[in-house]
Amino acid sequence: MTTTILFLLFALVTLAGAIGTVTERKLFHAALWMLLSFFGVAALYVLLEAPFFAAVQLFIYMGAIGILIIFALMLTRGSMREGGPYLNDQWWLVALLAVVLLVVVGWLLWQQYGSVMAVHAVDEGSLVQLGRVLSEQDGYALPFEVASVLLVMALIGAVTIVRER
Amino acid sequence: MDFISDAIVNIGLWLERLLVSAGLAPQAAALVMTIVGTVVVAFFPLLIVVFLIWMYRKASARIGGRLGPNSSGTWAGPGGIVQPIADVIKMFTKEDIRPLGIDPVPYNLAPIIVVASAVMVWAVVPFGKGPRMIGADLGIGLFYIMAFSSASLVAFLMAGWSSNNKYSTVSAFRATAQLLGYEIPQLVAVLCVVVVAGSLRMSAIVDAQQDVILLIALPLPALIFLLASYAEIGSRPFELLECESELVAGYQTEYSGMRWGMFYVGEFMGAVAVSALFATVFLGGWRGPFVDSFPVLGTLWLVLKILFMLLVWTFFQMTLPRLRIDQMLAFNWKFLVPLSLVLLCVLAPLNHWLVRALPGSDYVWARTGILLAANVLVFLGTWAVVAIAERRRTVRPRQVEVSA
Repeated sequence: MTTTILFLLFALVTLAGAIGTVTERKLFHAALWMLLSFFGVAALYVLLEAPFFAAVQLFIYMGAIGILIIFALMLTRGSMREGGPYLNDQWWLVALLAVVLLVVVGWLLWQQYGSVMAVHAVDEGSLVQLGRVLSEQDGYALPFEVASVLLVMALIGAVTIVRER
Repeated sequence: MDFISDAIVNIGLWLERLLVSAGLAPQAAALVMTIVGTVVVAFFPLLIVVFLIWMYRKASARIGGRLGPNSSGTWAGPGGIVQPIADVIKMFTKEDIRPLGIDPVPYNLAPIIVVASAVMVWAVVPFGKGPRMIGADLGIGLFYIMAFSSASLVAFLMAGWSSNNKYSTVSAFRATAQLLGYEIPQLVAVLCVVVVAGSLRMSAIVDAQQDVILLIALPLPALIFLLASYAEIGSRPFELLECESELVAGYQTEYSGMRWGMFYVGEFMGAVAVSALFATVFLGGWRGPFVDSFPVLGTLWLVLKILFMLLVWTFFQMTLPRLRIDQMLAFNWKFLVPLSLVLLCVLAPLNHWLVRALPGSDYVWARTGILLAANVLVFLGTWAVVAIAERRRTVRPRQVEVSA
């Protein structure tokens, strides 16, 4: 009962944040709405008894990605002014893509799970398991390493671009 | 005697039994006790801050060769100890000035987020032995603290941007550069602790220090953690967010009255949170003499360790000059980040081998000694590298040939 009420509350916060992000005219406010949406998702992770993912959501999405987006906005010309018109002439294409994505993802989830699942508590043991799966050879060690190589490449690329010659 | 030896837990149990005997359902009584516990834990940092402001004034005055608050025999009490309370009352009665051209929602939210993120840390700090002396013994305790400490950056950005003031905006830019950068060495230093303690759970980290505190095994990560944390809360020598001589008061320039008061309290609360974290992670938390027979002493030891760390913080505040912005960035990216990464790469395999080779609590001093030796070796290596780099950088005077 309490969980249902909390779920509805945080789902509302998440959706309100998402709607605010796309309808807000000021770019800075849109970014803040997005942070609110991220926070709602973190709260949903807590309700799913996955505290590690909640903390990762806060740390990475609010603490790093959200901040970087705000920082990029501050460097954008005219970001303090009220924004231009709501829509440009490609709005129908984006709307179509969004609807297709919703249908496909929703259908896949329905196929996979069908109905509401029971929550499996994620305790410290499974955190250890997660680390093991990420670092073992027959687990996901290769994709993990490939991802880190990708990040290092991005880092070196950024340094190369801004380097003074 | 039994009641007093574990007084805090027993008072809680007594209150809960009282509620049940008064006709409350056991679940409702437990809920009421949870709410009471939450309020007590949330007000604890505020109480410490009121005391800390007095201690800060007294200690900084002594460092400056003055006496500090000393109006004994008046309303201010012995040594002026009640003065912070008068300050709080003054703050509440100040006029609420709101400049034109601000962005109201972020402007008003920012001080609240600063204080809230500093209070949230206390949910996972163990005040004593057992599950009743900790708000929530999360399996991800340390990571939770790191995640919430990054929320203050959002608040600084909101305050700096919404104030519609050049100096505030520059301060927000600096906050991003400083807080994002110093998060890396802070996190890696904490990772060294997690590797040695073997858990992210705060109570497990305290239990790992049963025989010997982690400061002895990990002095270098402790130093890195302390410096990076001081940068995270923007205190000297990393006081670049609000340096008076350059940015008026940085992100707080346009704030006044109670909102400014919340930033002021938030700053001190950040210092208290960092001190509590350092005391728990490196100084053994609530562990101390006689704590096994008198568990109530645990809270006292923790508070004493926090106060000691706050005195260290005051010394940092009063004796160190402020770094320049380029020095601050260079110190992080060219020194702290590489050093912390090297430390992690050395300590993690070493500890892995030590736990296999010398298991159990009989060899805990041997393990600590070897880890300490590794720390010293890394320190000497760093010293050598820095010395060589410094020698290369100094420009040798070129020989000028003078024709006769």
